[in-house]
Amino acid sequence: MGEYILEMRNITKEFPGVKALDNVNLRIKQAHIHAIVGENGAGKSTLMNILSGVYPYGTYEGDIIVQGEICRFKDIKESEAKGITIIHQELALIPTLSIAENVFLGNEQTGKGLIIDWHKTRQKAIEMLKKVGLNENINTRVMDLGMGKQQLVEIIKALAKDVKILILDEPTAALNDEDSKNLLKLLIELKNQGITCIIISHKINEVVEVADEITILRDGTTVETLCRDIDDFSEDRIIKGMVGRELTSRFPERNRNIGEVCFEVLNWNVYDPKDNTKQVIKNVSIYARRGEVVGIAGLMGSGRTEFAMSVFGKAYGKNISGTIRKDGKEIIMHDESDAIANGIAYATEDRKSAGLILIDDIKRNIVLPCLPKVSKRFVVNENEEIKIGEEYRKKLKIKSSSVLQKTGELSGGNQQKVVFSKWIFSEPDVLLLDEPTRGIDVGAKYEIYCIINELAEKGKTIIMISSELPEILGMCDRIYVMNEGRIVGELTAEEASQEKIMQCIMRSNKEVM
Amino acid sequence: MKRLDVLLRGNLRQYVMIIALVVVIIFFQIITGGILLSPLNISNIIQQNAYILILATGMLLCILTCGNIDLSVGSVAGFIGAISAVFILKMNMPVFPAILISLLIGVLIGVWHGFWIAYVGVPAFITTLAGMLIFRGLTMVILQGTSLAPFPKSYTFIAAGFIPDISNIEGINLLSILAGIIASILYILYELKDRASKKRYNFEVSSSGAFSAKIVSIVAVINAFTYALARYKGIPAVLIIVVSLVLIYSFITTKTIPGRHIYAYGGNPKAAKLSGVKTKKVLFWVYVNMGFLAALAGIIFTGRLNSATPKAGNGFELDAIASCFIGGASTTGGIGTVVGAIVGGLLMGVLNNGMSIMGVSIDWQQAIKGVVLLAAVAFDVYSKSKSWAI
Repeated sequence: MGEYILEMRNITKEFPGVKALDNVNLRIKQAHIHAIVGENGAGKSTLMNILSGVYPYGTYEGDIIVQGEICRFKDIKESEAKGITIIHQELALIPTLSIAENVFLGNEQTGKGLIIDWHKTRQKAIEMLKKVGLNENINTRVMDLGMGKQQLVEIIKALAKDVKILILDEPTAALNDEDSKNLLKLLIELKNQGITCIIISHKINEVVEVADEITILRDGTTVETLCRDIDDFSEDRIIKGMVGRELTSRFPERNRNIGEVCFEVLNWNVYDPKDNTKQVIKNVSIYARRGEVVGIAGLMGSGRTEFAMSVFGKAYGKNISGTIRKDGKEIIMHDESDAIANGIAYATEDRKSAGLILIDDIKRNIVLPCLPKVSKRFVVNENEEIKIGEEYRKKLKIKSSSVLQKTGELSGGNQQKVVFSKWIFSEPDVLLLDEPTRGIDVGAKYEIYCIINELAEKGKTIIMISSELPEILGMCDRIYVMNEGRIVGELTAEEASQEKIMQCIMRSNKEVM
Repeated sequence: MKRLDVLLRGNLRQYVMIIALVVVIIFFQIITGGILLSPLNISNIIQQNAYILILATGMLLCILTCGNIDLSVGSVAGFIGAISAVFILKMNMPVFPAILISLLIGVLIGVWHGFWIAYVGVPAFITTLAGMLIFRGLTMVILQGTSLAPFPKSYTFIAAGFIPDISNIEGINLLSILAGIIASILYILYELKDRASKKRYNFEVSSSGAFSAKIVSIVAVINAFTYALARYKGIPAVLIIVVSLVLIYSFITTKTIPGRHIYAYGGNPKAAKLSGVKTKKVLFWVYVNMGFLAALAGIIFTGRLNSATPKAGNGFELDAIASCFIGGASTTGGIGTVVGAIVGGLLMGVLNNGMSIMGVSIDWQQAIKGVVLLAAVAFDVYSKSKSWAI
């Protein structure tokens, strides 16, 4: 008994019409890092929601056993009392409050009665910050911290509650490489202090790095649990378990058919819209040919998104200067609709908050950028709209009940397909794709790559921003490296490698110093 | 069957409100011993509520844009009523140009609000709260604290007049009956065209039985309504205005590109902007339109009262806002229909009227309306939380 701190036995959870979990078993050892991997919709989040009491006892079948004792959590409070804390992908911090206030939110350090003892709060907060190596003033407001540090504050918050089992849902999804590394290091440190961690992650390379055991879920069932040093712990092996088949190649092949230069941005300068003195993009010049997939690699905050958005009809930035040429002719865009009219599309990195209208259905989202195409004068032909929606739903294999389904109800991969449908429908010549596969599972990623390749084969110009270097290397014909708002390197697919890209960034950092 | 399910889930609130309206009508019809639906009272209900329905139409567009509301409409309506009174009664301007100029001033007020909200970025709540104070104050200034009355007949006609009949049959208004028949024919033609077009696209259409049942029942309602009007004085002039506005705004919001842009903006402003929607323009024009409709409502209210008073329009904004929310609009924007807002407005109007007939005092009426608003929105919140769980 003593070996496992937590067991979940024969967990079955049904939603109306769907069996989300079917007889799932999970056993977790004390002071181990246990990873749960699986495609989107495999049931990872549902399982963790059951464990943390989001879905109360009685709404599922099976047993949860914590330290040998059967637990029946009615809500999150009860699971927290048992030392189980979940940190969701969307952080639950109050941006306008300070670090210290956030850390003890809901767990306030009181003196007498309901009065908060601020001395105690501060003292404890400073202690905790040291423990995880967060070098910040405890009075700093959370909104002024980067994502990586916010994530740490969440962890401190959990530690302050005397956590025994820490569950992290996609902890590194929004972090850059360096922050991710620090976070993973911290997890190992916590493990050494006796805290058990469960991490849910799409980033299999990270999982392989830190996990002691990996449980693979597929379609609501447990496929297998792999143990370090006993089983094959390679990425390929894990992916195979997740998708249920061997993925021969993670990146589909493309018939390269590269034509003339189609899109050029010259001497592009952009200033921060909130701070006139801060130059975000510094004299950037790039070009892209027809049928070419051009990558922009770089760390988070290197200015890639700002660059793409400012090019897309000045959707970002102030005092923008520079020239944009398409097919050799200069084009001037005042706003996003000008950009669309000029055959440029921008698929944002943030699908949910800026890419889709989640309360609207699939068809409405698809036709939005190009309503005149389904309209006579100003009147929208709704039947035509449904027809087009249906066409793209089939072509891009958007899993949904019909084109009338709200996009907010779709999974990440399918949402991204709606975003692609929308921009393909606007018939652009140049597509700016910002993190096209963020938060999407392996299978859906492959499908998105296929769509990108098909577009390139049709002669579209693709400019792709990605933080995942393997993706950039696997997909692009040519790669620009961006750092601190400048282009610091240009590599062809043949000469590019992860090391070379990082070298470009490092070298430029030295030059700046 | 599945499609019906999807359809119902999306529009559940609106159907519930229509059912609620019918239930309330039947209830008061029984309790008032048939007075509620008497020909005289039907005309009354229309004339009593016209200005709220007009305001609710404009307010819905404001609410669609991210739940913004316009608090100034009551004051603007009062202000425009006062201005038109000054034009006509003090400056002896002819009625028609006076109304036209008053409406134009309404549009300019809309431009004023739209400018601050869309281009400067002052929150709509603050801008229109300021507008509420500004125009209430200006109303008192130009009326110098007194009322102006009476108006010429041609002015009050819009609010209180009836369209003259085409013949002289005793006890029945032929024009009204004819209008009912023409409206029925137009409606049937529209439905048939829509069905044919759906078939052309090979979409599923409802069974011909259900289709005819729907047509028969709606035609019956239209004709029962016009028949009731015919037995009193015929078609109230203001009904023509309200019906045209409802048709025009329903069409704009559901079938046109500007309408789509309004909904898209309300659903997610960032995504709409990145999809090429000119978001500032959308916001600006929504408020310009609200200014125009507030002015129209002001003229109708002043005409009905046959006097311009400093207090005219007090609290209209709240009735208009309540109509929209009772009719299914979302407080965060992007959801709601013109028809819903009208149903919400009518529901409150019938409640008012029915309770007045019963002799319930104004104070109680106010309180009951409050409960209805809370119940309607609570129902919405509850049904949504359930649908999310699925």
